Amino acid sequence: MIRVENLVKRYDGITASNHLTCRFERGKVTVILGGSGSGKSTLLRQLTGLEKPDEGAVYIDGKDLTTLSRKELFEIRKKMGMLFQGSALFNYMTIFENIAFPLREHTKIADNIIKTIVTMKLEMVGLRGTEHLMPSQLSGGMMKRVGLARAVVMDPTVIFYDEPTSGLDPISTGVIGKLIQDLNKALNITSIVVSHDIDSCFKIADNIILLYYGEIIANGTVDEIRNSTDERVKQFIQGAPEGPIPFARTAKNYLDEILYD
Amino acid sequence: MEIAASLGRFTLYRIQVLGRSGIFIFTAILQAFLPPFRISRLVKEIEFIGSKSFLIVFVTALFTGMVLGLQGYYSLSQFGAEAALGVMVALSIIRELGPVLCALMVSGRAGSAITAEIGIMKITDQFPALEMMAVDPLKYVVSPKVVAGIISLPLLTAFFDLIGIAGGYLVGVNLLGVSEGAYIGKLATAVTFRDIYGGIIKSLCFGLLITWIATFMGYTAEATTEGVSRATTNTVVLTALSILIVDYILTSLLL
Repeated sequence: MIRVENLVKRYDGITASNHLTCRFERGKVTVILGGSGSGKSTLLRQLTGLEKPDEGAVYIDGKDLTTLSRKELFEIRKKMGMLFQGSALFNYMTIFENIAFPLREHTKIADNIIKTIVTMKLEMVGLRGTEHLMPSQLSGGMMKRVGLARAVVMDPTVIFYDEPTSGLDPISTGVIGKLIQDLNKALNITSIVVSHDIDSCFKIADNIILLYYGEIIANGTVDEIRNSTDERVKQFIQGAPEGPIPFARTAKNYLDEILYD
Repeated sequence: MEIAASLGRFTLYRIQVLGRSGIFIFTAILQAFLPPFRISRLVKEIEFIGSKSFLIVFVTALFTGMVLGLQGYYSLSQFGAEAALGVMVALSIIRELGPVLCALMVSGRAGSAITAEIGIMKITDQFPALEMMAVDPLKYVVSPKVVAGIISLPLLTAFFDLIGIAGGYLVGVNLLGVSEGAYIGKLATAVTFRDIYGGIIKSLCFGLLITWIATFMGYTAEATTEGVSRATTNTVVLTALSILIVDYILTSLLL
């Protein structure tokens, strides 16, 4: 389980995380939902320890991530998996080497067993037989699935997904969504998904945290969010162009700028 | 006032970058001596920086030696000192042209490629991916390249020296008729250990310099396509200039 307490992060005066407090439960898929610029990627980077918050704490299994040394952080990261938005596969390695990489770095597992593990993970994402290919020879959706196989190769207890379905066709989106759910159930892990894709989010999520300009405006189960009476939540779910959340983000008055500049 | 302030800002910024690059290379070299050691990564980098530069170094060395043979013969024959051709070619190459030309060729071939490779890794999130897999990106990506540069350059330079002297021999002895005994015979006495030692020191420094600039430029490149292409250009210009400047400084120190 991951617990976030009073997290604050500012960039050049913009508050990307404004006193966030929330929790991510084990065995559940929690989706961090929000528009672009809502601070959801910033939250993810702080959850993984890639970035340090200005204030507040992130507890993973009782340990505060923000106070750990690099070595201790690396120990915890061995139990974390992450699927990056662009897959982040190593372009100079074959698919096999990419997936085997964490095992080769952190374990002394013999080569033939590594081969078995990699084959199993590739079978799980439906890409067995692509071991010898280079990442550039795969489509975006296939690369994401390889990225997922690599993220789970160390059998992590927490998996982070950064926009797992963005830029994918409907079938790939469905496949990835199902994989996220199946993995979560089979391994009883903490799954954290950052997304702005509402449809697939409702399908895979147990809990949803809705962010708006660095603040949590809704936090609850899928049904709670769906039936929310908050106008901002409603607007976001329906994707309505008119509502309390403005589309434009300008400081100056529009008329003033046009008439007097 | 404005000008003074912006000049000050510019200077401070440059000094900051220099400091950062110093910490960067120091950490990378330090990390190279800490376990876990990744020998296969190092071998791969030596293959890329070193052995794949062989052909280009061979051609450069051969023609440099041949030109020196021609020019040297022309100058020396005016004093009737053609017999000193071998020594002249060897000393120019071992002391100066070998390390410098070799470094310039390697920086053009491998330096820019290193920057581009690291820059592309940055654009495609491969550094945070390494971080998330509990692998230090600096140690994994940068350290082997720097060590490979320091190992490869002296070896390539030694190869350059050999081929260069042979090129001079080709022109001097086979084409212009300098006696074979004069060309080879005087080498052993005229070329001292100090000359060779100086050349090796230079090439070690250039190996560090090339990989330092190339990796730092890639690592700090803006994470866009324009950023990477700018960083690649900067690497080529900066390495070429700093090789020539450092060469002068080293020569004055070693003399």
